[in-house]
Amino acid sequence: MKNLKIANKLFNSRLILGSGKFSNPGLMSAAITASATELVTVALKRVNLGSEQDDMLEAVGSVDLLPNTSGVRTAREAVFAAEMAREALGTNWLKLEIHPDPKYLLPDPVETLMATIELAKKGFVVMPYVHADPVLCKRLEEAGAACVMPLGAPIGSNKGLKTLDFLQIIIEQSQVPVVVDAGIGAPSHAAQAMEMGADAVLVNTAIAVSGDPEKMAQAFKMAVEAGRMAYESKLGAIADQAQASSPLTSFIDA
Amino acid sequence: MPSFKDVFEKYDWEALKADIYNKKAADVERALAKTNRDLEDFKALISPAADNYLEEMARQSKQDTLQRFGNTIQMYAPLYLSNECQNICTYCGFSLGNKLPRKTLNPIEIDKEVEAIKKMGFEHVLLVTGEANKMVGVPYFKKVLEQIRTQFANVSMEVQPLDEADYHELIPYGLHAVLVYQETYHQADYAKHHPKGKKSNFLYRLETPDRLGRAGVHKMGLGVLIGLEDWRVDSFFVALHLRYLEQTYWRTKYSISFPRLRPFSGGLEPKVEMTDRQLVQQITAYRLLNKDVELSLSTREAMKFRDHVFQLGITSMSAGSKTNPGGYAVAPESLEQFEISDERSPQEIAQLIKSKGYEPVWKDWDTALEYVTK
Repeated sequence: MKNLKIANKLFNSRLILGSGKFSNPGLMSAAITASATELVTVALKRVNLGSEQDDMLEAVGSVDLLPNTSGVRTAREAVFAAEMAREALGTNWLKLEIHPDPKYLLPDPVETLMATIELAKKGFVVMPYVHADPVLCKRLEEAGAACVMPLGAPIGSNKGLKTLDFLQIIIEQSQVPVVVDAGIGAPSHAAQAMEMGADAVLVNTAIAVSGDPEKMAQAFKMAVEAGRMAYESKLGAIADQAQASSPLTSFIDA
Repeated sequence: MPSFKDVFEKYDWEALKADIYNKKAADVERALAKTNRDLEDFKALISPAADNYLEEMARQSKQDTLQRFGNTIQMYAPLYLSNECQNICTYCGFSLGNKLPRKTLNPIEIDKEVEAIKKMGFEHVLLVTGEANKMVGVPYFKKVLEQIRTQFANVSMEVQPLDEADYHELIPYGLHAVLVYQETYHQADYAKHHPKGKKSNFLYRLETPDRLGRAGVHKMGLGVLIGLEDWRVDSFFVALHLRYLEQTYWRTKYSISFPRLRPFSGGLEPKVEMTDRQLVQQITAYRLLNKDVELSLSTREAMKFRDHVFQLGITSMSAGSKTNPGGYAVAPESLEQFEISDERSPQEIAQLIKSKGYEPVWKDWDTALEYVTK
């Protein structure tokens, strides 16, 4: 399996984990290990930025942190939060989430693009969460985003790849990695995204709220690997009818 | 300018009541079978007919809450700043006519209270006052917010309703959420319970969420005081209000509380009793109507009840609450607004939450997420 490369960093794992919704830090830690992930998003609102000791950060352990700005509603708030995070957590990586709508947590395209332009200039590795909008993804790429993170379905909905046709266009056009974020509710959804050629997936609710988060994390790890391997081995085309066993044009060379 | 008043005036209390009480088992079953429910379904779910379906309601409510909010419960504590009040409310310990020593915390006292609350582990605090606009008005709130906002991750307020301009003024000081309960949506009954003071203006209170929405507050809390009027009809109005607000002020987050009238010295007996079973019905009905609304459970409720019900749709809980100004450190013996029922410490509550497989979340906001200009 090829490595995933975001900015200048190589990853063996193509599964990014979210850290919300777990019933305790121990379970989260076990899920992180079982998933073999190398990047975990942490909501700024959940961690104690100023303090030495924090349960959440401890549970993430030595895996790379990806702070997210969940809770901000505008580009201005996002930039302010990003700078606070960079200072407090010592990383310039950022998952940019601007969803002014607290009900479905759908991302604001206008504010997200404005914030990406500014944050990229300030030297952040910006990973913006967006709707599966191919034009917006190209605009973000031009603005200096390190990858794009289009949604499969609303956050936490577990509905799978409802935006499939648009994800396909994004994957086809993108020159930065495409990480399918939000909506992935089962390992089969993750495998489907990877088979399509997504570079990585981000999963949280489906693992954290399952009956056995550790086992489910492992199931996702396997699904992501299987999907990626299938993609790299070039899947056969799907046909509506059986192929004729005697070729129709073989007479030409006969 | 949109106002909930226009929506509210289309409804007649008695007709609605008849409608809710006429719902049949078939209406409840239809509501339970759906995934996206409307206000007609909600009527069925709060009707007497739904009592037989409580187990199924609880099951679905628990599942929806887990999916949306995860295995977490957000923790908060109230900080009573003042018991001064110019209103007469028949059910409240701080009512103008009640003979009790009046107290408004000064900055030194606030520091002491904050220290005590922080020591218990809280990062989310709810500021509470009566209504005494001269002494405890916008200038006082500004000073308090300035004093405490760096000490807490999140500051909410449950004080008198204010003008839109006042909210515009306070929000940049780090005011995150405002709770304003209508007490009851029964206008005539509201007048009976609030005979004197600014609070007697039913419509001013009714339109407070509109003013908050226009001012762009992050979150607002709705609710009624259960015991004043028929809880089924009142909770329908809460749901109606919520629907309207979500459509009108879509950037704002909403929470609902369901305080049941508690005894206090010299207080009023509830006109309408709500049983534990009915409170579970109401909580789960709110969740079945709305998967995203936060549902908050206070220390008004008894230990045993809280131990179980927090798993059926609740997203935030208070613990170790004191309902008197200075109650944590300055003047622990002063008279409370109401008697709390669950007197366990925050650590005991946190332990209980963990023992049921949930994580108590002390911090779920950060000042870094608000670009504060003040």
